[in-house]
Amino acid sequence: MFKKNELIKDTIKNKGLLLLAIPGLLFLLAFNYLPMVGIIIPFKSIDFAKGIIRSDWVGFNNFKFLFSSGDIIRATTNTIISNLLFIIATLIISMAFAIMLFDMSRKAVKVYQTALFVPYFLSWVVISYIVYIFLNPDMGILNQFLKAFGSEAINWYSEPKHWRFILVIASLWKNAGYYTILYYTALMGIDSSYFEASDIDGATKFQQIKSISIPLLAPLIMLLVLLQIGRIFFSDFGLFYFIPKDSGALYPVTDVIDTFVFRSLKNNPDLGMTAAAGLYQTAVGFILVIVVNKITKKLNPDLAMF
Amino acid sequence: MRGKINRISITSIVFHLVLSIFSLFCIIPIIYIVSISLTDENSLSLYGYKLVPKLVSTYAYQFVFASPKQVLTSYGVTILVTAIGSILSLLVTSMLAYTMSRRDFKLSKLISFVVFFTMIFNTGLVPWYILIVRYYHINNTLLCLILPYVIVPWNVFLMKGFLADIPLALVESAKIDGSSELNTFFKIIIPISKPALATVGLFCAFMYWNDWWLGMLFIEKQSLTPLQLMLYSIMNNITYLSSSLQSGNISIDVSKMPNETARMAMCVLAAGPMLFVFPFFQKFFIRGLTVGAVKG
Repeated sequence: MFKKNELIKDTIKNKGLLLLAIPGLLFLLAFNYLPMVGIIIPFKSIDFAKGIIRSDWVGFNNFKFLFSSGDIIRATTNTIISNLLFIIATLIISMAFAIMLFDMSRKAVKVYQTALFVPYFLSWVVISYIVYIFLNPDMGILNQFLKAFGSEAINWYSEPKHWRFILVIASLWKNAGYYTILYYTALMGIDSSYFEASDIDGATKFQQIKSISIPLLAPLIMLLVLLQIGRIFFSDFGLFYFIPKDSGALYPVTDVIDTFVFRSLKNNPDLGMTAAAGLYQTAVGFILVIVVNKITKKLNPDLAMF
Repeated sequence: MRGKINRISITSIVFHLVLSIFSLFCIIPIIYIVSISLTDENSLSLYGYKLVPKLVSTYAYQFVFASPKQVLTSYGVTILVTAIGSILSLLVTSMLAYTMSRRDFKLSKLISFVVFFTMIFNTGLVPWYILIVRYYHINNTLLCLILPYVIVPWNVFLMKGFLADIPLALVESAKIDGSSELNTFFKIIIPISKPALATVGLFCAFMYWNDWWLGMLFIEKQSLTPLQLMLYSIMNNITYLSSSLQSGNISIDVSKMPNETARMAMCVLAAGPMLFVFPFFQKFFIRGLTVGAVKG
């Protein structure tokens, strides 16, 4: 009770600070907290004539309906597989690039950094144009190559089997620069006396990478990977929607939970089922974040988010 | 010793080679878009996309500029949304972040948690969508392109990270001089935080400029279509291209429309200018990203 009084007193004393926070808090209320009331939508049969609150409860019917079709299972599998591939590919490529950059003069670093960072500034919509230049079945660069070497042209937008790889490349193309810079900055932060001492001892470049760079970057690597694993149920919507041009033939490998939810929202009048898919995603995602954070806390308390 | 020097120079050659190839891989596709937009449509269907046009033509641009209404409208929408959105977002974000950064304010921890919680939990797309369309009724207005992004928790924490470095003594001495919290914030904190404001403001501007999500969800009118949504619609269906080019008073012979090249020309016009602007702010960007990743 005493503590509560103290808090109120402190707030009254600093009402100017509270006043500064209020506009931001109102925006959070309007766009983040009020939607949380909608957590009941998946458990209802929504009838807008009655309003959401008064619509009939239907228990878990929407969830049963959602899981009765294989689509959500497929979307979940695709989400997890793609994210795992992205995490591994980004880690290897960006680490390698960062280590290479670390070995170069400032001037060279600046040039490469600028080039690698260019795709990061492009939206997925613009990148879908770029991918289209490669994959266009009639005029695309890849099919020109295939024809030049006497192979059959491939109808890229209707053959799912190449798409896991294409999506990884697209993801790397946009994001490798960003992660490279994160790792490079961390490398620059390493005490240079480690490298000087190992130089004197006659260590080779690869010994230095193996015994100094990678071990000292391990905390950052772990942090970034854990953050990505915490978000493994969510995907970069633009990548999965624009790059395959929302082609139905490719859904077996490109349809993820986010695109599934979006498509259902746009095409399906059954809001209950779509809301069930959204809640399923965020609930599992939330549990994952909590678990990952617990694990992080055990391994290295400094890295835990909360 | 000699052997070692040789080995080092070979590795560094390999390093340069790998990075150069990847750098080219990042740049060349962009050059492709420009050169396709400058190619003659017929030579395109004969030879396919080429890095150097077989036959140069500016017809696609003449065609687009003959009835530039949709391009201009979309530019107008995007510029307006980016300008208003960034300023509003920067103001509200920095006010909120400042309160959170004041460790002497007991409520600041709770407020930080309120912001943080939205980063790890939400109830998905549907409730949010219903609220905006059915209750706020702001779909098909400029507001729906601005308001949902005013507070982005990640930006708030980035800003808080910057503002937390301001020594509390500065605030206390202002207080002793009789300055109110609002006055201290606007007259002292804001002027000394310009680099932080520039970084966060850049993130806001970047986010608004490149956004297609809000447009895809909430905009059906062509007169309110932002640039990225226009580009998506053009890629998605070619009739959108002709309809957006026909909205001028000049009638267009659709059969003569240079589909492929006009599409790429629209892409150059919509994405090109930013490609020249953003690299100049790269320094702020990188600082924001690295600070954000460590502190956020």
